[in-house]
Amino acid sequence: MTENKKFNDMTKKERMQLPRVKMPEQDPRARKKNFQEVPFGLTPEMAIAESWRCIECKNPKCIEGCPVEVDIPAFILKVRAGDFVGAARKIKETNALPAICGRVCPQEEQCEKVCVLGAKYKPVAIGYLERFVADFERNNKLIEIPKTAKATGKKIAVVGSGPAGLTVAADLALLGHKVVIYEALHKLGGVLIYGIPEFRLPKAIVASEVDYLKKLGVEVNNSFVVGKLDTVDELLEAGFDAVFIGTGAGLPNFMHIEGENLNGVYSSNEFLTRSNLMAAYDFPNMDTPIFVGKNVAVLGGGNTAMDSVRTALRLGAENGYIIYRRSRTEMPARIEEIHHAEQEGVQFNFLTNPIRFIGNSDGWVTHMECIRMELGEPDSSGRRRPVPIEGSNFTLPVDTVVIAVGNSSNPLIPQTTPGLNTNRWGNITVDEKTMMTSRKGVFAGGDIVTGGATVILAAGAGKVAARAIHRYVLGLPMIDEGKKEEETPAQKAG
Amino acid sequence: MFEILDKKELCEKVHQFRIKAPHLVSKAKAGQFVILRKDEAGERIPMSIGGLDRKNGILTVVIQEVGKTSAAMNRMKKGDFFADVVGPLGLPSHVEKFGHCVCIGGGVGIPPIYPIAQALKDTGNKVTSIIGARTKSLLIFEEELAFASHELKISTDDGSFGTHGFVTTILQQMIDGGDKIDMVIAIGPVPMMKAVVNTTREPKIKTYVSLNPIMVDGTGMCGACRVTVGGKTKFACVDGPDFDGHEVDFDEMTKRQKMYHRYEKLAYDKFLENDHCRLAKAAAELKNKTT
Repeated sequence: MTENKKFNDMTKKERMQLPRVKMPEQDPRARKKNFQEVPFGLTPEMAIAESWRCIECKNPKCIEGCPVEVDIPAFILKVRAGDFVGAARKIKETNALPAICGRVCPQEEQCEKVCVLGAKYKPVAIGYLERFVADFERNNKLIEIPKTAKATGKKIAVVGSGPAGLTVAADLALLGHKVVIYEALHKLGGVLIYGIPEFRLPKAIVASEVDYLKKLGVEVNNSFVVGKLDTVDELLEAGFDAVFIGTGAGLPNFMHIEGENLNGVYSSNEFLTRSNLMAAYDFPNMDTPIFVGKNVAVLGGGNTAMDSVRTALRLGAENGYIIYRRSRTEMPARIEEIHHAEQEGVQFNFLTNPIRFIGNSDGWVTHMECIRMELGEPDSSGRRRPVPIEGSNFTLPVDTVVIAVGNSSNPLIPQTTPGLNTNRWGNITVDEKTMMTSRKGVFAGGDIVTGGATVILAAGAGKVAARAIHRYVLGLPMIDEGKKEEETPAQKAG
Repeated sequence: MFEILDKKELCEKVHQFRIKAPHLVSKAKAGQFVILRKDEAGERIPMSIGGLDRKNGILTVVIQEVGKTSAAMNRMKKGDFFADVVGPLGLPSHVEKFGHCVCIGGGVGIPPIYPIAQALKDTGNKVTSIIGARTKSLLIFEEELAFASHELKISTDDGSFGTHGFVTTILQQMIDGGDKIDMVIAIGPVPMMKAVVNTTREPKIKTYVSLNPIMVDGTGMCGACRVTVGGKTKFACVDGPDFDGHEVDFDEMTKRQKMYHRYEKLAYDKFLENDHCRLAKAAAELKNKTT
């Protein structure tokens, strides 16, 4: 390739100075009215050019920056060679879900944060490249269905089909075990399906992951609520050798302030589930309705808040507000999501906290009383604690409110599984080396263990659990001696 | 996929379905509910359990046509399939030896009171059931309730059958007559449940009501079904559906149930319009054939 020759002749310093690739995107004015994905993805030429910006550091920091330690320089080298499928497979050695993680990982807090280029220039666009190679492999139907290992005769139940469950299921199926997934909702994918909107993660990608599992021989039971239909103990009694619990953080937090049960006040889970899982944006062709008024306030500063406010704009809101009690720098959302929200006209109210919701006689929210905040001393999270400024109260006219201040763990499984220990937040406690819970043969991972975290951490926990489950069901020592001192992704994040 | 084994019209716009769901039926207890989804475009709607045929693994639900989804479901036939029947969801009704239990059902709240009455009776309670409807032709599940209770009392708003008045008319008569009542459970329209708890508040009779607010997932994930009970927010899907009736904020619940009225009407009108077109077309075809 002549392009490559050009790059080949450059010094490392010259390559570092190359401009970081810009992701082509839908125009903000157009995309505000549709649910199609915002970024179009890189072209092969763009990907190859970007791959040359990686200078193959002797001591690459990016691998350590990745919660599952993807061999980033190795996959980027394959991109440079034009071996996109090889690059995708390189990532899949440690991360089963590159098309998803390339889209939803907070790269600026992980691999790209520590990229050596970042000190002086812009970091290599690792996320864009990850997404590109995974899309290339999928779009060209080059996803290989590996031959699974010889059947072991062992059966494993996977409860929940989010990123943790999907990863565990794939890894165990590859190792020759019989895997059965139990999902409470009617579609597989967990938060990837009900939570993350189409414009950020097309559902076809999640469907492709599910399809891959089915091709590996994984059996799927949807609309099956473990704890209600069969308990974890009943699954074990029915002949499963192990059970993995990856039920996520599925209990919405509310503010516990006056007027929260007024009509028009949603949890982000409900708002996004209606729009995403139930496709309420297509009402009345789809039966599930969703209400979006003119003035929509979304409380919170995370990705879910950004997803909610951008969904509201697409559903016709005139004003979409983010109400966040800290300042811009503390917002946990991905930079790209904040940037996209700004481009689409979302109005940010930082250092603002709601005090109460005010409604009319029919029980509909009409206003929200807020108070301005200032940042005080750092709190336990290390972030400066927001303190209310007395007398700064004001009201904002709103007819829809979406509360996106995080989730707690759903108690359904802990409640119905005697002997399953949880911490004071209701998260299941595990041995972090094996992800085994206080119950023998019962493993857990993802948000149900960590509390609301990221897709990549859940997928990483799934990898660790799969290895441990494999050893457990075959009666091998639970910890591989050679890997004894290795740190698990969960520990690293913790 | 869940097959409809048989189906019959109990009264105008009210249909009884018997659905094959052996696994669910083997686990379900009186007072729990299920979520039904008709097809891929369908919404998830919570539905009370109106009977559990454990021997044959058959679930009974009774659906009243109030909007598009219920109308479309009521046009399903024997041999058709529901895309999803999820459950059993929620906590079972509190069943223990109370003594004398009064089970009250109104409208389509009558079928779900039936398995509860049966469970209470099987636990050794004396069970009196009171069922009510606007008029005689709308009374349903009399035989079932008669079977599951020691005594069955009936009221109609217009006096066309049984006591002229409401279920609370009979309940008040029992209280005034010195009947010892240890527990009441009421399922029906919100105004009826509200009237029942107002009747039992002063004599301080423990009263449970079963709430049926709007839900999406039914497993505690979305919070659509939040209700205020004793000043605290509860999720009907996981904390209920039964609650202490004297603590429930019924006014808030009534308002919350109207959240999607505008949309429900839109969808229902559109459905009925299409329905009329279908019927007219079918009639025209029939006429063409015969002439």
